[in-house]
Amino acid sequence: MSTGTFTPAPGGAPLARQVLAQASMEARLMARNGEQLLLAVVIPVLVLIGGVEGAKHVSITGISQRPVDEFAPGVLALAVMSTAFTSLAIATGFERRYGVIKRLGASPLPRAGLLLGKVGALLIVETFQVIVLALVGLALGWHPHPGYLGAILGVILGTSAFASLGLFMAGALRAEATLAAANLVYLLLMAGGAVVLPPSAYGAFGHVTEYLPSGALGNTMRSAFQHGDIAGGSLLVLLAWTVVGTVATMRTFQWE
Amino acid sequence: MPNSPAVEVAGLVMRYGDKTAVDALDLRVERNTITAVLGPNGAGKTTTLETCEGYRRPHEGTVRVLGLDPINDRKALIPSIGVMLQGQGAWSGVKAMEMLKHIARLHANPLDTDMLADRLGLGDCGSTPYRRLSGGQQQRLGLAMAVVGRPEVVFVDEPTAGMDPQARRATWELLSELREDGVTVVLTTHYMDEAEKLADHIHIVDHGRMVASGTPIELTRGGTATIRLVVTKPFPEGAPASLQAALGPDIEVKPISDTSLLITGPADHTTLATVAAWCEQQGVLPESLNLGQRNLEDVFLELTGRGLAHTAGDTR
Repeated sequence: MSTGTFTPAPGGAPLARQVLAQASMEARLMARNGEQLLLAVVIPVLVLIGGVEGAKHVSITGISQRPVDEFAPGVLALAVMSTAFTSLAIATGFERRYGVIKRLGASPLPRAGLLLGKVGALLIVETFQVIVLALVGLALGWHPHPGYLGAILGVILGTSAFASLGLFMAGALRAEATLAAANLVYLLLMAGGAVVLPPSAYGAFGHVTEYLPSGALGNTMRSAFQHGDIAGGSLLVLLAWTVVGTVATMRTFQWE
Repeated sequence: MPNSPAVEVAGLVMRYGDKTAVDALDLRVERNTITAVLGPNGAGKTTTLETCEGYRRPHEGTVRVLGLDPINDRKALIPSIGVMLQGQGAWSGVKAMEMLKHIARLHANPLDTDMLADRLGLGDCGSTPYRRLSGGQQQRLGLAMAVVGRPEVVFVDEPTAGMDPQARRATWELLSELREDGVTVVLTTHYMDEAEKLADHIHIVDHGRMVASGTPIELTRGGTATIRLVVTKPFPEGAPASLQAALGPDIEVKPISDTSLLITGPADHTTLATVAAWCEQQGVLPESLNLGQRNLEDVFLELTGRGLAHTAGDTR
């Protein structure tokens, strides 16, 4: 048979290339979405500036460091939470609703590749967030005491824990319900989850917050950037949440 | 499996709760053809297609595409098929060309996306976000996504629903060219003209059952058709009887006046040749010969007891 324009030549691209394409596509879509950008960058930056400026006028109980050294690691944790949990849950909820996941299911991209692509997109966006927030922090006089290993482990396990919980929510609820619930959970954890402020700022309730993924992630970042430490206990808490989120997602998630 | 048919469905049963959507359906699609699955809404067309695409597991029966099981051999099969869903299937904020290029990147040997977009008239809306595309533009993008990976078989679900006539023609041309280049096309439609003009084979489905299969000519011939013959001067004595004898018992000859006759039966080549020869023999000259050929719409009406035009309106 002669070769025409449409002569079949089926086949998937190499998996790495597919995952890269998916990750860059999803990262671009997140960056284009104003609402998600607000969540990813604007709110953490405002919290950081507001916290540091506010502490000049009001004393905040339960913090042992200079305000900027307390808040900067906290907003890094907040940024990871906003992307890995809220943005991912909302985006995935609407992907289900708009048949994107169904459509991709008919492409060579396997489901594992889709998940890897999502993780890649989260890491791209988080890298961007960390750079912006670190620059703002440094401009405000932040003196980090970087324990890179602890910080990197915190970002990875924090991303895993929040992403698995976000996917669980997106797979179990309708898109609109996911939108509402993911934002609500984000606000509740930001206010009461010991992510920006340390558990010691929450009085007796503080011990409970250490077992929340938000508090655990906040603690790993504070330990890493204030003392150069690896917060083993908090990392274990994040690992446990990852297991819970993954099992729940695997049991309930529906691609359509 | 190079020798297996493109699609082979045997005894497929699909149920939604108490409702049987597909009821012991058999379907065979040969390679290198355009096959239309025609039927009203709720006939089970989309469900059947979705089992071929591996989205649904058959409740009973077997489904093979290119000789492979769409669920168990999914990984091997998926790159070889192209799928056009009935609406949606893209992020709301993605630009049209960006989406097409993304799907292309997932494949090893994709088509040139600019050429494809040009063929389908997507050039003007390439940087328009998906949510702002018209229904017809979304359909064309869906078709482009289905073929960009150079599949062996494409499944297109209601490809021209909501398209203007020009876009519909472009789509038909593209589907015909796909077949010429060796691609098998399976489409669902409830447009009679689409099936009749485009398809090599038509399967008419109703209530989840196959009610008729064949080429467009096979389906429209063989049933009741009429020929109205008018001649220039009155027939000789006993003319209707001698024509009746020449045509045989399957065809009814009814005199209408002394210069006209109504012939009811298959209006095929044989019948026409016999009528012409008889005219010559009788020394009469036909003034007019009107063929009331039944079309697919009539066939559908006979088979299902209802027209498609009435059911087409409520599709999404």
